Amino acid sequence: MNALSDSATMLRRNLRHMLRYPTLTLMIIGMPIVFLLLFVYVFGGTLGAGLGQAGGRADYLAYVTPGIILMTVASAATATTVTVATDMTEGIVARFRTMAISRASVPTGHVLGSMIQTLLGVAVVTGIAVLLGFRSTTGPVQWLAALGILALFVLGLTWLSAALGLVSPTVEIASNIPMPLMLLPLFGSGFVPTASMPGPLRWFAEHQPFTPLIETLRSLLLGTPLGNHATASICWSIGIALVGYLWARKLYSRDPAR
Amino acid sequence: MTDLAISATGLRKAYGEHLVLDGVDLDIAAGTVFSLLGPNGAGKTTMVKILSTLISADGGDVRVAGHHLTRDAQAVRAAIGVTGQYSAVDGLLTGEENLRLMADLHHLGRSGGRGRARELLEQFDLTEAARKPAATYSGGMRRRLDLAMTLVGDPRIIFLDEPTTGLDPRSRRTMWQIIRGLVADHGVTIFLTTQYLEEADQLADRIAVLNQGSLVAQGSAEELKRLVPGGHVSLRFADPRGFVAAAQALRSTYSDEETLTLHVPSDGGVRSLRALLDWLDSASITVDELTVHTPDLDDVFLALTQEREAAR
Repeated sequence: MNALSDSATMLRRNLRHMLRYPTLTLMIIGMPIVFLLLFVYVFGGTLGAGLGQAGGRADYLAYVTPGIILMTVASAATATTVTVATDMTEGIVARFRTMAISRASVPTGHVLGSMIQTLLGVAVVTGIAVLLGFRSTTGPVQWLAALGILALFVLGLTWLSAALGLVSPTVEIASNIPMPLMLLPLFGSGFVPTASMPGPLRWFAEHQPFTPLIETLRSLLLGTPLGNHATASICWSIGIALVGYLWARKLYSRDPAR
Repeated sequence: MTDLAISATGLRKAYGEHLVLDGVDLDIAAGTVFSLLGPNGAGKTTMVKILSTLISADGGDVRVAGHHLTRDAQAVRAAIGVTGQYSAVDGLLTGEENLRLMADLHHLGRSGGRGRARELLEQFDLTEAARKPAATYSGGMRRRLDLAMTLVGDPRIIFLDEPTTGLDPRSRRTMWQIIRGLVADHGVTIFLTTQYLEEADQLADRIAVLNQGSLVAQGSAEELKRLVPGGHVSLRFADPRGFVAAAQALRSTYSDEETLTLHVPSDGGVRSLRALLDWLDSASITVDELTVHTPDLDDVFLALTQEREAAR
Protein backbone atom coordinates (compact mmCIF):
# COMPACT_ATOMS: atom_id res chain seq x y z
CA MET A 1 0.00 0.00 0.00
CA ASN A 2 2.83 2.36 0.91
CA ALA A 3 4.37 1.82 -2.49
CA LEU A 4 1.16 3.13 -4.10
CA SER A 5 0.70 6.16 -1.86
CA ASP A 6 4.41 7.04 -1.97
CA SER A 7 4.39 6.86 -5.76
CA ALA A 8 1.29 9.06 -5.81
CA THR A 9 3.09 11.58 -3.58
CA MET A 10 6.08 11.58 -5.92
CA LEU A 11 3.74 11.96 -8.90
CA ARG A 12 2.17 15.03 -7.28
CA ARG A 13 5.65 16.45 -6.76
CA ASN A 14 6.56 15.93 -10.42
CA LEU A 15 3.27 17.38 -11.67
CA ARG A 16 3.92 20.47 -9.55
CA HIS A 17 7.36 20.77 -11.14
CA MET A 18 5.75 20.70 -14.59
CA LEU A 19 3.34 23.45 -13.61
CA ARG A 20 6.12 25.60 -12.11
CA TYR A 21 8.49 25.00 -15.01
CA PRO A 22 6.28 24.77 -18.12
CA THR A 23 9.14 25.62 -20.50
CA LEU A 24 10.15 21.97 -20.65
CA THR A 25 6.64 20.87 -21.65
CA LEU A 26 6.59 23.54 -24.38
CA MET A 27 9.98 22.40 -25.64
CA ILE A 28 8.65 18.87 -25.96
CA ILE A 29 5.95 19.87 -28.44
CA GLY A 30 8.00 22.59 -30.18
CA MET A 31 10.12 20.28 -32.31
CA PRO A 32 7.27 18.03 -33.56
CA ILE A 33 5.17 21.08 -34.43
CA VAL A 34 8.03 22.59 -36.43
CA PHE A 35 8.46 19.25 -38.24
CA LEU A 36 4.73 19.04 -38.88
CA LEU A 37 4.58 22.51 -40.44
CA LEU A 38 7.84 21.98 -42.34
CA PHE A 39 6.86 18.65 -43.81
CA VAL A 40 3.27 19.57 -44.63
CA TYR A 41 3.82 23.04 -46.08
CA VAL A 42 7.37 22.87 -47.46
CA PHE A 43 7.75 19.25 -48.54
CA GLY A 44 4.10 18.18 -48.37
CA GLY A 45 3.14 18.92 -51.97
CA THR A 46 5.97 16.91 -53.45
CA LEU A 47 5.96 14.15 -50.85
CA GLY A 48 2.18 13.82 -51.18
CA ALA A 49 2.54 13.31 -54.92
CA GLY A 50 5.12 10.63 -54.16
CA LEU A 51 2.57 8.67 -52.16
CA GLY A 52 0.84 7.78 -55.46
CA GLN A 53 -2.80 7.92 -56.51
CA ALA A 54 -2.78 11.67 -57.20
CA GLY A 55 -1.96 12.48 -53.56
CA GLY A 56 -1.37 16.06 -52.49
CA ARG A 57 -0.62 18.14 -49.45
CA ALA A 58 -3.81 17.00 -47.62
CA ASP A 59 -2.97 13.34 -48.19
CA TYR A 60 0.53 13.92 -46.91
CA LEU A 61 -0.83 15.60 -43.77
CA ALA A 62 -2.85 12.45 -43.12
CA TYR A 63 0.19 10.29 -43.83
CA VAL A 64 2.64 12.21 -41.65
CA THR A 65 0.44 12.86 -38.59
CA PRO A 66 1.03 9.44 -36.97
CA GLY A 67 4.77 9.94 -37.52
CA ILE A 68 4.60 13.36 -35.89
CA ILE A 69 2.70 11.85 -32.96
CA LEU A 70 5.51 9.34 -32.43
CA MET A 71 8.04 12.12 -32.80
CA THR A 72 6.29 13.89 -29.93
CA VAL A 73 6.64 10.72 -27.87
CA ALA A 74 10.36 10.56 -28.68
CA SER A 75 10.79 14.23 -27.87
CA ALA A 76 9.08 13.77 -24.51
CA ALA A 77 11.32 10.78 -23.80
CA THR A 78 14.35 13.04 -24.24
CA ALA A 79 12.85 15.44 -21.72
CA THR A 80 12.26 12.59 -19.26
CA THR A 81 15.92 11.59 -19.37
CA VAL A 82 17.00 15.16 -18.66
CA THR A 83 14.42 15.60 -15.89
CA VAL A 84 15.44 12.40 -14.14
CA ALA A 85 19.17 13.13 -14.46
CA THR A 86 18.64 16.64 -13.12
CA ASP A 87 16.57 15.41 -10.22
CA MET A 88 19.23 12.88 -9.23
CA THR A 89 21.66 15.75 -8.65
CA GLU A 90 19.23 17.34 -6.15
CA GLY A 91 19.82 16.96 -2.45
CA ILE A 92 16.18 16.09 -1.89
CA VAL A 93 16.58 12.78 -3.72
CA ALA A 94 19.39 11.91 -1.31
CA ARG A 95 16.93 12.73 1.44
CA PHE A 96 14.32 10.40 -0.09
CA ARG A 97 16.90 7.63 -0.09
CA THR A 98 17.40 7.96 3.65
CA MET A 99 13.65 7.83 4.34
CA ALA A 100 11.55 4.76 5.02
CA ILE A 101 9.60 5.06 1.79
CA SER A 102 9.07 2.63 -1.04
CA ARG A 103 12.29 2.55 -3.05
CA ALA A 104 10.58 2.41 -6.41
CA SER A 105 8.40 5.44 -5.66
CA VAL A 106 10.89 8.05 -6.89
CA PRO A 107 11.40 6.62 -10.40
CA THR A 108 7.75 5.56 -10.56
CA GLY A 109 6.62 9.11 -9.79
CA HIS A 110 8.87 10.36 -12.58
CA VAL A 111 7.55 7.82 -15.06
CA LEU A 112 3.88 8.51 -14.30
CA GLY A 113 4.44 12.27 -14.43
CA SER A 114 6.31 12.03 -17.71
CA MET A 115 3.59 9.79 -19.16
CA ILE A 116 0.98 12.43 -18.38
CA GLN A 117 3.26 15.10 -19.85
CA THR A 118 3.82 13.02 -22.99
CA LEU A 119 0.15 12.25 -23.55
CA LEU A 120 -0.73 15.93 -23.04
CA GLY A 121 1.91 16.80 -25.64
CA VAL A 122 0.45 14.20 -28.00
CA ALA A 123 -3.02 15.71 -27.49
CA VAL A 124 -1.79 19.21 -28.32
CA VAL A 125 0.18 18.10 -31.39
CA THR A 126 -2.76 16.00 -32.66
CA GLY A 127 -5.04 18.99 -32.08
CA ILE A 128 -2.77 21.14 -34.25
CA ALA A 129 -2.81 18.48 -36.98
CA VAL A 130 -6.62 18.54 -36.83
CA LEU A 131 -6.55 22.34 -37.11
CA LEU A 132 -4.37 21.99 -40.21
CA GLY A 133 -7.01 19.68 -41.71
CA PHE A 134 -6.19 16.20 -40.44
CA ARG A 135 -9.35 14.07 -40.26
CA SER A 136 -9.60 10.57 -38.89
CA THR A 137 -11.73 8.23 -40.96
CA THR A 138 -12.38 5.73 -38.17
CA GLY A 139 -14.50 5.80 -35.01
CA PRO A 140 -14.21 6.10 -31.20
CA VAL A 141 -13.44 2.37 -30.68
CA GLN A 142 -10.40 2.61 -32.92
CA TRP A 143 -9.36 5.90 -31.30
CA LEU A 144 -9.52 4.28 -27.90
CA ALA A 145 -7.46 1.34 -29.15
CA ALA A 146 -4.95 3.77 -30.65
CA LEU A 147 -4.68 5.61 -27.34
CA GLY A 148 -4.22 2.35 -25.42
CA ILE A 149 -1.45 1.06 -27.68
CA LEU A 150 0.25 4.45 -27.70
CA ALA A 151 0.04 4.71 -23.89
CA LEU A 152 1.64 1.28 -23.52
CA PHE A 153 4.49 2.35 -25.80
CA VAL A 154 4.88 5.61 -23.88
CA LEU A 155 5.06 3.61 -20.64
CA GLY A 156 7.88 1.50 -22.01
CA LEU A 157 9.81 4.36 -23.55
CA THR A 158 9.45 6.46 -20.40
CA TRP A 159 10.89 3.71 -18.18
CA LEU A 160 13.77 3.37 -20.63
CA SER A 161 14.30 7.15 -20.64
CA ALA A 162 14.21 7.19 -16.83
CA ALA A 163 16.89 4.49 -16.79
CA LEU A 164 18.98 6.53 -19.26
CA GLY A 165 18.57 9.52 -16.95
CA LEU A 166 19.76 7.42 -14.02
CA VAL A 167 22.76 6.03 -15.87
CA SER A 168 23.93 9.45 -17.12
CA PRO A 169 26.80 10.74 -15.00
CA THR A 170 25.89 14.35 -15.79
CA VAL A 171 22.86 16.30 -16.99
CA GLU A 172 24.77 17.32 -20.13
CA ILE A 173 25.29 13.70 -21.09
CA ALA A 174 21.65 12.96 -20.27
CA SER A 175 20.53 15.57 -22.78
CA ASN A 176 22.59 13.91 -25.52
CA ILE A 177 22.01 10.18 -24.94
CA PRO A 178 18.40 9.99 -26.21
CA MET A 179 19.05 12.15 -29.32
CA PRO A 180 18.96 9.16 -31.70
CA LEU A 181 15.44 8.46 -30.42
CA MET A 182 14.24 11.65 -32.09
CA LEU A 183 15.52 10.39 -35.42
CA LEU A 184 13.82 7.00 -35.28
CA PRO A 185 10.48 8.24 -36.70
CA LEU A 186 12.49 9.61 -39.65
CA PHE A 187 14.33 6.31 -40.12
CA GLY A 188 11.00 4.50 -40.12
CA SER A 189 7.69 4.85 -41.86
CA GLY A 190 6.93 8.20 -40.21
CA PHE A 191 7.57 10.54 -43.10
CA VAL A 192 7.88 8.33 -46.20
CA PRO A 193 6.92 4.70 -46.84
CA THR A 194 9.73 2.28 -46.02
CA ALA A 195 9.34 0.76 -49.49
CA SER A 196 10.95 3.89 -50.96
CA MET A 197 14.18 3.36 -48.97
CA PRO A 198 17.37 1.59 -50.17
CA GLY A 199 18.14 -2.00 -48.98
CA PRO A 200 19.81 -1.96 -45.53
CA LEU A 201 18.03 1.24 -44.44
CA ARG A 202 14.72 -0.25 -45.46
CA TRP A 203 15.46 -3.38 -43.46
CA PHE A 204 16.28 -1.25 -40.41
CA ALA A 205 13.20 0.94 -40.91
CA GLU A 206 10.93 -2.08 -41.05
CA HIS A 207 12.41 -3.73 -37.98
CA GLN A 208 12.68 -0.86 -35.51
CA PRO A 209 9.95 -0.28 -32.91
CA PHE A 210 8.65 3.07 -34.19
CA THR A 211 7.49 1.68 -37.54
CA PRO A 212 4.90 -0.80 -36.22
CA LEU A 213 3.64 1.89 -33.83
CA ILE A 214 3.28 4.41 -36.65
CA GLU A 215 1.57 1.82 -38.88
CA THR A 216 -0.79 0.81 -36.05
CA LEU A 217 -1.79 4.44 -35.48
CA ARG A 218 -2.21 4.92 -39.21
CA SER A 219 -4.50 1.92 -39.37
CA LEU A 220 -6.54 2.90 -36.32
CA LEU A 221 -6.89 6.55 -37.39
CA LEU A 222 -7.08 6.23 -41.16
CA GLY A 223 -8.22 2.67 -41.80
CA THR A 224 -5.06 1.41 -43.55
CA PRO A 225 -4.41 -2.36 -43.29
CA LEU A 226 -3.37 -3.32 -39.75
CA GLY A 227 -1.50 -6.54 -40.54
CA ASN A 228 0.57 -7.72 -37.58
CA HIS A 229 1.64 -4.18 -36.67
CA ALA A 230 -0.49 -4.07 -33.51
CA THR A 231 1.00 -7.33 -32.21
CA ALA A 232 4.49 -6.09 -33.00
CA SER A 233 3.75 -2.78 -31.25
CA ILE A 234 2.51 -4.47 -28.10
CA CYS A 235 5.49 -6.85 -28.02
CA TRP A 236 7.98 -4.02 -28.50
CA SER A 237 6.25 -1.91 -25.83
CA ILE A 238 6.20 -4.67 -23.23
CA GLY A 239 9.80 -5.59 -24.01
CA ILE A 240 11.04 -2.02 -23.74
CA ALA A 241 9.00 -1.45 -20.57
CA LEU A 242 10.44 -4.56 -18.93
CA VAL A 243 14.04 -3.72 -19.83
CA GLY A 244 13.58 -0.08 -18.87
CA TYR A 245 11.89 -0.88 -15.56
CA LEU A 246 14.38 -3.51 -14.43
CA TRP A 247 17.33 -1.40 -15.50
CA ALA A 248 15.98 1.73 -13.80
CA ARG A 249 15.27 -0.22 -10.60
CA LYS A 250 18.79 -1.63 -10.57
CA LEU A 251 20.33 1.78 -11.23
CA TYR A 252 18.30 3.52 -8.55
CA SER A 253 19.15 0.99 -5.87
CA ARG A 254 22.91 1.20 -6.36
CA ASP A 255 24.96 3.65 -4.28
CA PRO A 256 24.51 7.16 -5.63
CA ALA A 257 27.73 8.41 -7.16
CA ARG A 258 27.02 12.06 -6.59
CA MET B 1 22.88 -2.02 24.78
CA THR B 2 19.47 -0.49 24.32
CA ASP B 3 20.63 3.00 25.26
CA LEU B 4 23.12 3.12 22.42
CA ALA B 5 21.76 5.14 19.52
CA ILE B 6 24.58 4.22 17.20
CA SER B 7 27.27 1.59 17.54
CA ALA B 8 29.82 0.74 14.90
CA THR B 9 32.79 -1.54 14.92
CA GLY B 10 35.45 -1.79 12.26
CA LEU B 11 33.66 0.46 9.79
CA ARG B 12 35.56 0.50 6.52
CA LYS B 13 34.97 2.20 3.19
CA ALA B 14 37.23 2.66 0.20
CA TYR B 15 36.66 4.36 -3.10
CA GLY B 16 38.86 2.31 -5.38
CA GLU B 17 42.41 2.60 -4.07
CA HIS B 18 41.54 5.41 -1.74
CA LEU B 19 40.75 4.26 1.80
CA VAL B 20 38.26 6.74 3.27
CA LEU B 21 37.33 5.00 6.53
CA ASP B 22 39.88 2.65 8.02
CA GLY B 23 38.20 0.63 10.77
CA VAL B 24 36.22 3.18 12.77
CA ASP B 25 34.70 2.15 16.11
CA LEU B 26 31.92 4.30 17.57
CA ASP B 27 29.48 4.14 20.46
CA ILE B 28 26.99 6.94 20.79
CA ALA B 29 24.63 7.03 23.75
CA ALA B 30 20.99 7.89 23.12
CA GLY B 31 19.93 11.45 23.92
CA THR B 32 23.39 12.94 23.48
CA VAL B 33 25.06 15.18 20.96
CA PHE B 34 28.01 13.53 19.29
CA SER B 35 30.26 15.63 17.13
CA LEU B 36 32.62 14.36 14.52
CA LEU B 37 35.45 16.75 13.80
CA GLY B 38 37.93 16.46 11.05
CA PRO B 39 39.73 18.36 8.31
CA ASN B 40 38.32 18.46 4.80
CA GLY B 41 38.41 15.05 3.19
CA ALA B 42 38.79 13.19 6.48
CA GLY B 43 35.74 11.06 5.73
CA LYS B 44 33.11 12.85 7.83
CA THR B 45 30.50 13.04 5.09
CA THR B 46 31.22 9.46 4.02
CA MET B 47 30.55 8.39 7.59
CA VAL B 48 27.20 10.22 7.64
CA LYS B 49 26.27 8.75 4.27
CA ILE B 50 26.97 5.24 5.49
CA LEU B 51 25.23 5.60 8.85
CA SER B 52 22.18 7.13 7.17
CA THR B 53 21.94 4.21 4.67
CA LEU B 54 22.71 6.41 1.66
CA ILE B 55 25.77 4.42 0.64
CA SER B 56 27.02 1.01 1.71
CA ALA B 57 30.14 0.31 3.74
CA ASP B 58 32.79 -2.19 2.66
CA GLY B 59 33.02 -3.73 6.09
CA GLY B 60 32.14 -3.43 9.72
CA ASP B 61 29.19 -4.08 11.95
CA VAL B 62 26.83 -1.17 12.46
CA ARG B 63 23.64 -0.76 14.46
CA VAL B 64 21.56 2.39 14.31
CA ALA B 65 18.63 2.77 16.72
CA GLY B 66 19.11 -0.92 17.55
CA HIS B 67 18.61 -2.06 13.96
CA HIS B 68 21.20 -3.66 11.77
CA LEU B 69 22.27 -1.10 9.18
CA THR B 70 22.06 -3.29 6.09
CA ARG B 71 19.77 -6.17 7.08
CA ASP B 72 17.12 -3.84 8.46
CA ALA B 73 17.74 -0.65 6.49
CA GLN B 74 14.09 0.41 6.35
CA ALA B 75 13.80 0.24 10.16
CA VAL B 76 16.93 2.37 10.44
CA ARG B 77 15.48 4.86 7.97
CA ALA B 78 12.27 5.06 9.97
CA ALA B 79 14.25 6.11 13.05
CA ILE B 80 16.58 8.69 11.51
CA GLY B 81 16.47 12.11 9.92
CA VAL B 82 19.24 13.58 7.80
CA THR B 83 20.13 17.16 7.03
CA GLY B 84 23.04 16.85 4.69
CA GLN B 85 25.72 19.22 3.61
CA TYR B 86 23.88 20.06 0.44
CA SER B 87 20.47 21.56 0.64
CA ALA B 88 17.87 18.80 0.54
CA VAL B 89 14.86 20.98 -0.16
CA ASP B 90 12.87 21.06 -3.37
CA GLY B 91 13.54 24.49 -4.85
CA LEU B 92 10.48 24.49 -7.11
CA LEU B 93 8.11 23.80 -4.23
CA THR B 94 7.17 26.33 -1.58
CA GLY B 95 8.31 25.93 2.00
CA GLU B 96 4.90 24.67 3.01
CA GLU B 97 4.72 22.24 0.09
CA ASN B 98 8.15 20.87 1.01
CA LEU B 99 6.92 20.13 4.52
CA ARG B 100 3.64 18.69 3.24
CA LEU B 101 5.64 16.46 0.90
CA MET B 102 7.51 15.08 3.91
CA ALA B 103 4.25 14.69 5.83
CA ASP B 104 2.75 12.72 2.94
CA LEU B 105 5.78 10.45 2.84
CA HIS B 106 5.40 9.86 6.57
CA HIS B 107 1.72 9.10 6.00
CA LEU B 108 0.51 11.73 8.44
CA GLY B 109 -2.76 12.16 6.56
CA ARG B 110 -4.21 15.38 5.15
CA SER B 111 -5.07 17.30 8.29
CA GLY B 112 -2.23 15.80 10.29
CA GLY B 113 0.24 16.88 7.62
CA ARG B 114 -1.19 20.37 7.39
CA GLY B 115 -0.99 20.78 11.17
CA ARG B 116 2.58 19.50 11.40
CA ALA B 117 3.65 21.79 8.56
CA ARG B 118 2.08 24.82 10.23
CA GLU B 119 3.70 23.94 13.55
CA LEU B 120 7.17 23.59 12.03
CA LEU B 121 6.85 26.74 9.90
CA GLU B 122 6.10 28.63 13.07
CA GLN B 123 8.85 26.97 15.11
CA PHE B 124 11.43 27.74 12.44
CA ASP B 125 10.21 31.26 11.77
CA LEU B 126 9.22 30.50 8.19
CA THR B 127 5.48 31.28 8.34
CA GLU B 128 5.86 34.45 6.27
CA ALA B 129 7.81 32.69 3.54
CA ALA B 130 5.62 29.57 3.61
CA ARG B 131 4.07 30.23 0.21
CA LYS B 132 7.24 31.27 -1.59
CA PRO B 133 9.30 28.77 -3.62
CA ALA B 134 12.23 27.47 -1.57
CA ALA B 135 14.60 28.49 -4.38
CA THR B 136 14.02 32.12 -3.38
CA TYR B 137 15.04 31.52 0.28
CA SER B 138 18.25 32.85 1.80
CA GLY B 139 20.91 30.38 2.93
CA GLY B 140 19.81 30.53 6.54
CA MET B 141 16.13 30.07 5.69
CA ARG B 142 16.91 27.12 3.46
CA ARG B 143 18.89 25.42 6.23
CA ARG B 144 16.01 25.99 8.64
CA LEU B 145 13.53 24.54 6.17
CA ASP B 146 15.90 21.66 5.56
CA LEU B 147 16.02 20.86 9.26
CA ALA B 148 12.26 21.36 9.63
CA MET B 149 11.74 18.78 6.86
CA THR B 150 14.01 16.39 8.71
CA LEU B 151 11.85 16.79 11.83
CA VAL B 152 8.48 16.09 10.17
CA GLY B 153 8.77 12.40 10.93
CA ASP B 154 9.90 12.89 14.57
CA PRO B 155 13.21 11.08 14.09
CA ARG B 156 14.96 9.67 17.18
CA ILE B 157 18.39 10.14 15.66
CA ILE B 158 19.30 13.17 13.58
CA PHE B 159 22.35 13.44 11.36
CA LEU B 160 23.54 16.97 10.77
CA ASP B 161 26.34 17.19 8.23
CA GLU B 162 27.97 20.59 8.61
CA PRO B 163 24.65 22.26 9.34
CA THR B 164 26.05 25.77 9.69
CA THR B 165 28.67 25.86 6.96
CA GLY B 166 28.23 29.06 4.99
CA LEU B 167 25.83 30.64 7.46
CA ASP B 168 26.35 34.07 8.98
CA PRO B 169 27.04 34.24 12.74
CA ARG B 170 23.45 35.11 13.60
CA SER B 171 21.95 32.25 11.57
CA ARG B 172 24.55 29.95 13.08
CA ARG B 173 23.50 30.90 16.59
CA THR B 174 19.82 30.38 15.70
CA MET B 175 20.72 26.95 14.40
CA TRP B 176 22.57 26.12 17.61
CA GLN B 177 19.57 27.10 19.69
CA ILE B 178 17.34 24.89 17.59
CA ILE B 179 19.72 21.97 17.99
CA ARG B 180 19.96 22.45 21.77
CA GLY B 181 16.17 22.60 21.92
CA LEU B 182 15.83 19.32 20.06
CA VAL B 183 17.99 17.50 22.57
CA ALA B 184 16.48 19.17 25.61
CA ASP B 185 12.81 18.93 24.59
CA HIS B 186 12.66 15.80 22.52
CA GLY B 187 15.59 13.76 23.81
CA VAL B 188 16.83 13.01 20.33
CA THR B 189 20.35 11.87 19.57
CA ILE B 190 22.36 14.17 17.33
CA PHE B 191 25.24 13.12 15.13
CA LEU B 192 26.89 16.34 14.10
CA THR B 193 29.81 16.86 11.78
CA THR B 194 31.45 20.23 11.68
CA GLN B 195 34.59 22.08 10.80
CA TYR B 196 33.85 24.72 13.39
CA LEU B 197 35.47 23.67 16.62
CA GLU B 198 33.50 26.26 18.50
CA GLU B 199 30.34 24.57 17.31
CA ALA B 200 31.43 21.21 18.67
CA ASP B 201 32.55 22.90 21.90
CA GLN B 202 29.15 24.59 22.23
CA LEU B 203 26.92 21.67 21.41
CA ALA B 204 28.56 18.32 21.80
CA ASP B 205 28.62 15.98 24.80
CA ARG B 206 31.24 13.90 23.11
CA ILE B 207 33.63 14.75 20.34
CA ALA B 208 35.63 12.49 18.10
CA VAL B 209 38.37 13.67 15.80
CA LEU B 210 38.55 11.90 12.48
CA ASN B 211 41.74 12.16 10.51
CA GLN B 212 42.57 10.24 7.35
CA GLY B 213 39.94 7.65 8.00
CA SER B 214 40.66 6.86 11.64
CA LEU B 215 39.48 8.30 14.93
CA VAL B 216 42.54 9.88 16.52
CA ALA B 217 40.83 11.04 19.72
CA GLN B 218 37.51 10.76 21.48
CA GLY B 219 36.08 12.36 24.58
CA SER B 220 34.34 15.42 25.99
CA ALA B 221 35.60 18.87 24.98
CA GLU B 222 37.32 19.14 28.37
CA GLU B 223 39.00 15.79 28.03
CA LEU B 224 40.26 16.65 24.58
CA LYS B 225 41.60 20.00 25.70
CA ARG B 226 43.62 18.19 28.37
CA LEU B 227 45.35 16.25 25.62
CA VAL B 228 47.30 19.25 24.39
CA PRO B 229 49.71 21.58 26.19
CA GLY B 230 47.82 24.08 28.34
CA GLY B 231 47.35 27.79 27.94
CA HIS B 232 50.06 30.44 27.85
CA VAL B 233 50.68 34.12 27.93
CA SER B 234 52.36 35.57 24.89
CA LEU B 235 54.66 38.52 25.61
CA ARG B 236 56.23 40.81 23.03
CA PHE B 237 59.00 42.93 24.47
CA ALA B 238 59.91 46.50 23.57
CA ASP B 239 63.69 45.88 23.44
CA PRO B 240 66.20 43.00 23.29
CA ARG B 241 67.41 43.72 26.83
CA GLY B 242 63.98 43.02 28.31
CA PHE B 243 63.59 39.96 26.11
CA VAL B 244 66.89 38.44 27.26
CA ALA B 245 66.24 39.23 30.92
CA ALA B 246 62.76 37.70 30.82
CA ALA B 247 63.95 34.69 28.84
CA GLN B 248 66.51 33.96 31.53
CA ALA B 249 64.17 34.43 34.46
CA LEU B 250 60.92 32.90 33.18
CA ARG B 251 60.22 29.35 32.14
CA SER B 252 59.07 29.71 28.54
CA THR B 253 57.70 27.19 26.09
CA TYR B 254 58.53 29.20 23.02
CA SER B 255 60.83 32.08 22.28
CA ASP B 256 61.55 34.07 19.17
CA GLU B 257 64.47 36.48 19.15
CA GLU B 258 63.45 38.09 15.87
CA THR B 259 60.10 39.28 17.12
CA LEU B 260 61.16 39.45 20.80
CA THR B 261 58.30 37.15 21.73
CA LEU B 262 58.05 34.67 24.61
CA HIS B 263 55.30 32.20 25.47
CA VAL B 264 55.02 31.63 29.21
CA PRO B 265 52.80 28.82 30.50
CA SER B 266 49.80 30.15 32.39
CA ASP B 267 46.34 29.09 33.41
CA GLY B 268 45.09 32.49 32.27
CA GLY B 269 43.81 33.34 35.79
CA VAL B 270 43.86 36.89 37.17
CA ARG B 271 46.11 35.98 40.12
CA SER B 272 48.89 34.44 38.06
CA LEU B 273 48.67 37.24 35.51
CA ARG B 274 49.03 39.87 38.24
CA ALA B 275 52.07 38.03 39.62
CA LEU B 276 53.62 38.00 36.16
CA LEU B 277 52.96 41.69 35.60
CA ASP B 278 54.31 42.58 39.05
CA TRP B 279 57.51 40.72 38.31
CA LEU B 280 57.91 42.47 34.94
CA ASP B 281 57.39 45.84 36.66
CA SER B 282 59.88 45.16 39.38
CA ALA B 283 62.46 44.10 36.82
CA SER B 284 61.69 47.26 34.79
CA ILE B 285 60.95 45.30 31.65
CA THR B 286 58.70 46.95 29.09
CA VAL B 287 56.18 44.77 27.32
CA ASP B 288 54.61 46.08 24.12
CA GLU B 289 51.93 43.46 23.82
CA LEU B 290 50.42 40.77 26.01
CA THR B 291 47.87 38.19 24.92
CA VAL B 292 46.36 35.39 26.96
CA HIS B 293 45.81 32.14 25.14
CA THR B 294 43.60 29.45 26.71
CA PRO B 295 43.61 26.02 25.09
CA ASP B 296 40.67 25.48 22.77
CA LEU B 297 39.63 22.76 20.41
CA ASP B 298 41.61 24.45 17.66
CA ASP B 299 44.77 23.50 19.51
CA VAL B 300 43.55 19.95 19.95
CA PHE B 301 42.52 19.72 16.36
CA LEU B 302 45.76 21.12 15.00
CA ALA B 303 47.89 19.04 17.35
CA LEU B 304 46.07 15.81 16.59
CA THR B 305 45.91 16.28 12.86
CA GLN B 306 49.49 17.58 12.68
CA GLU B 307 50.85 14.51 14.44
CA ARG B 308 49.35 12.43 11.70
CA GLU B 309 50.76 14.65 8.98
CA ALA B 310 54.21 14.28 10.51
CA ALA B 311 53.88 10.52 10.91
CA ARG B 312 53.21 10.09 7.22
